Amino acid sequence: MLDLMKRITEAFGVPGYEDEIRTAIRGEIATLVDDLQVDAMGNLVALRRGAGGGKRVMLAAHMDQIGLMVTHVDKKGFLRFAPLGYLFALASWGTQVRFLDGTVGTIGLDGRVNPRHDLPTLHDLLVDVGATDPTEAGKRVGDVATFWRPFVAQGNAWFSPSMDDRVGCAVLIEVLRRANGEVLPHDLYAVFTTQEEVGTRGATTSAYTIQPDIAVAVDVTLTGDLPHARPAMEVALGRGAAIKIQDGGMISHPGVNQLLISAAEAVDVSYQLEVLQGGSTDAMSIQVSRQGVPTSAVSIPSRHVHTPSQIVDGRDVEAAIALLGSFLRRPMDF
Amino acid sequence: MGDLREILQNLSNEFGPAGRESAVRTRLRKLVEHFADGVEVDALGNLLVHKTGYGSVPRLRVLLAAHMDEVGVMITRVEKNGLLRFHPVGGIEARQLLGKRLIIGDERVPGIIGAKPIHLQSEAEWEKSPDLDGLAIDLGASSDAELSGKVKVGDYGVFATRFSVLSEDPGWPTVIGKAFDDRAGCAVLVALLEGEYPVDLVAAFTVQEEVGLRGARVAAFRSTPDAAIVLEGTVCDDLPQDEDEDGPAVTKLGAGPAVTIMDRGHVAHPGILRLLRECAEAEGIAIQYKTPGIGATDAGSIHLTRDGIPAATVAVPCRYIHSPAAILNLQDLADTVQLVGSALQRLSADHLRRLT
Amino acid sequence: MDKDEIGRNLRLLAEADGPSGREGRAIDVARTLLSGLADDVQIDAVGSLVAVRRGIAEPRKRVMIAAHLDEIGLIVTKIEDGFLHVSEVGGVDPRSWLGQEVTVYPTGPGSDQYGNGLRGYIGGRPPHLRRGPEGDAATTTREFRVDIGLHPNAPELELIRVGDFVTASHTYVELLEGRVASKALDNRAGVAAMIGALGYLAAARHDWDVVAVATAQEEMGYRGATTSAFEIAPDVAVAIDVTFGDTPGLDESRTVPMDKGPALGWGPNLHPGVVKALREAADALEIPYVTEPLPGRSGTDAWAIQVAREGIPTALLSIPVRYMHSPAEMVALADIDRTARLLAGFIARLGPDSLSRIAEEM
Repeated sequence: MLDLMKRITEAFGVPGYEDEIRTAIRGEIATLVDDLQVDAMGNLVALRRGAGGGKRVMLAAHMDQIGLMVTHVDKKGFLRFAPLGYLFALASWGTQVRFLDGTVGTIGLDGRVNPRHDLPTLHDLLVDVGATDPTEAGKRVGDVATFWRPFVAQGNAWFSPSMDDRVGCAVLIEVLRRANGEVLPHDLYAVFTTQEEVGTRGATTSAYTIQPDIAVAVDVTLTGDLPHARPAMEVALGRGAAIKIQDGGMISHPGVNQLLISAAEAVDVSYQLEVLQGGSTDAMSIQVSRQGVPTSAVSIPSRHVHTPSQIVDGRDVEAAIALLGSFLRRPMDF
Repeated sequence: MGDLREILQNLSNEFGPAGRESAVRTRLRKLVEHFADGVEVDALGNLLVHKTGYGSVPRLRVLLAAHMDEVGVMITRVEKNGLLRFHPVGGIEARQLLGKRLIIGDERVPGIIGAKPIHLQSEAEWEKSPDLDGLAIDLGASSDAELSGKVKVGDYGVFATRFSVLSEDPGWPTVIGKAFDDRAGCAVLVALLEGEYPVDLVAAFTVQEEVGLRGARVAAFRSTPDAAIVLEGTVCDDLPQDEDEDGPAVTKLGAGPAVTIMDRGHVAHPGILRLLRECAEAEGIAIQYKTPGIGATDAGSIHLTRDGIPAATVAVPCRYIHSPAAILNLQDLADTVQLVGSALQRLSADHLRRLT
Repeated sequence: MDKDEIGRNLRLLAEADGPSGREGRAIDVARTLLSGLADDVQIDAVGSLVAVRRGIAEPRKRVMIAAHLDEIGLIVTKIEDGFLHVSEVGGVDPRSWLGQEVTVYPTGPGSDQYGNGLRGYIGGRPPHLRRGPEGDAATTTREFRVDIGLHPNAPELELIRVGDFVTASHTYVELLEGRVASKALDNRAGVAAMIGALGYLAAARHDWDVVAVATAQEEMGYRGATTSAFEIAPDVAVAIDVTFGDTPGLDESRTVPMDKGPALGWGPNLHPGVVKALREAADALEIPYVTEPLPGRSGTDAWAIQVAREGIPTALLSIPVRYMHSPAEMVALADIDRTARLLAGFIARLGPDSLSRIAEEM
């Protein structure tokens, strides 16, 4: 599992530029599924046929990680950028980024802001690749980069800039791996979606195509366990997989939630109930596809989301894998 | 180019705010009917023009979209003193409205948005940007009774700007007028419809882009294209910069058609971008890339329709869009027609596939 | 169906607790009120109630009328020392929930016997103890602690889980001049008008099929309207919602007068042909109405319905309501009745050439 996490979290992929992570995931699952497609949006759709007579189940995890795109190369070779997904200027200053071609840069602050007094905005930031002119910088408008650090496992704490949502991708991969050789009652569409961070776009079109009977997104959620946590949130690291009741974009289908809760209890897996204020997941778009899809989400609690160093608890990840495994093996009537 | 200018002139001068595009639609229909194999108007008012390709079956179907609507205002209240309260339709800032001439309603009544004389303003007032709530449209009436029959709540208004030529220099042919966003795109689409292509075309003159990319969404759902190219008039901020400024101009006048890599609603499909690059090289057309992350176009709603549609946006740079008048370079307009025409000739299934 | 029955229906609907995503109790009431008025009633995948009343003409056209059933409310995010932390469901104005009696609906094990919920209160700090800037700052839901009056160790607290819903309670009151105050008039007033319309139609024959949808989760982004419009694919649609009733102190260009009939929305979101047909029905039936200018998003289910599939000619009828999104909204019963009669009249007039006449106005 740790090797898988390393490979999946360290591959490059930002909204609209997911080729590398898609190839990595494809490599992990090609022999585990009956069919693999890449659609117009770049979603990787894996189908594992069931025994027949079951439901069409869609599980979705997004491949894209937040990042940035170069908007301007100035006369001295500094790069201005636009965000791909939501970036906190505060959490970006001084961080190291990596471009698709491997070039490294530091996000610096231009002189207009005094960091001792003022909060910078993204307009005050730039990427410094250590060049002195545009030619040396070797970058063009449209080039993309993201936060990059190696994956680290420290006891139960796992660290990476891309837990959101590579941990979800790893969960789906592991669910497929553990089901290998078994016939599940349901048809499983494991969808590795694109462009979630810019508006759950990949999920929108893939749900339309697949027309699932039930859908569960697998993404990270925040925790309420940091000091002075506001708003109050019951979810904490190490207490199990989170089952989403509501977030900023959707209210989960109560019937699907009950199935998830029963699935967790059937195999004695720790779970927690989640209400997230602000933020949403692919589930939001899937739920309103066509005539509507009963949808919920299983979340991996994560600290420091949308910063370059996100933490999850390996036990929560294991719980999510076990929960989904149990869910897929049980009837889904409500 | 003279033809293109005339088409743009007639479209630009037409009254067509988001929600009331009928006059533009009528004019466009007359312009394109004899080049089309079929014409229809849908439930939102989009004008959909079908053109069969000459290629052998199976043929790809391409959706070309340009929006008919411009930003404007809607009358929300007629005061007893004859002044009109209003609300913007689409993204117009109050600062663009102060002291400007408008045309209101089906009767096309001229009016102005009055600006308080500076002599009677305090310095503090003068330094602030005007507030929308403090503005009113004056038609010259001294009471609401004089307005009956001419103007009512719900009527629309647009800027009164008339199109004219700024420079006849063939090396720098510029024109000024209102609503180049997106009558420029509409003009490009009209010109394209005169050609013949191997692919099937659905030319959608869409409605209500300015209030949320609305018309394009249903037009795409209906026409189920294999690919889409959106034609726009876009932000061009190439004014001289101060000494210590060193930022992007978004696009530059005279630097050719602007291709979008990424904006707030869409990350362009890599295959369509590749196609456009190939065409630019093959035709010797200089193109520019619009600064990423700015604005949104009909591509934002089109590309997410049904199973997803490979799409891109090509735009004519226009200075001062969303203001009473914009300025564009007719050569950029002509080059846009040539670029997209070439793309329609060269589009293949390869361009629609992801490489991995 | 008459104005008094509409008033009784409104009370039953408004007092049912059904926030976005948990509309069940309101669904049950709506279902009961619809019995006898519809040929078929279903609940769809997102939780909207869909009632079909068949017309008599062939070929059959379909008109969808939609009124959102959900109300705004609160949701439990954490339980601490016997008090409940909460967050918003929909656009709650926290300042008006301070000092509000509420009902908490527990879903923990053993909670079945508490089907009517637990009583609670949102009190806040007493004025004597509010000092300085904190004393003047507006309340936010982050400060709320719902007090259900139990000892921190009381076993009933085990029944409450994160994700349980909370609604305002004890709010319904009849006022002067045929006006009523309550929580959830947004949009139980609209639902009452919709059911009233079906009641008025019971005495008439109509050509077109009527699909009446009490949509779910409008306050979360027109979710029920989006999916039900896709499913139903109507030829024409009318949404019924509430709008800002005129109130001293509010800009009159943004409000609609109370007791002057429903507001017909006008703007990009609304099809001019359907609006015209509604105006003609109102004139024929001598029902007063006003025009409500809507230059952009209408903020209602009409916004989602209009762009379903290939686009749907859509209109919006809005009932003026004061103090919207507070636990004490106010409506004139006569406006609900006018809306119901107008809707019924409009539907009864739909015939074989209505669709082409509507299209001509575009």
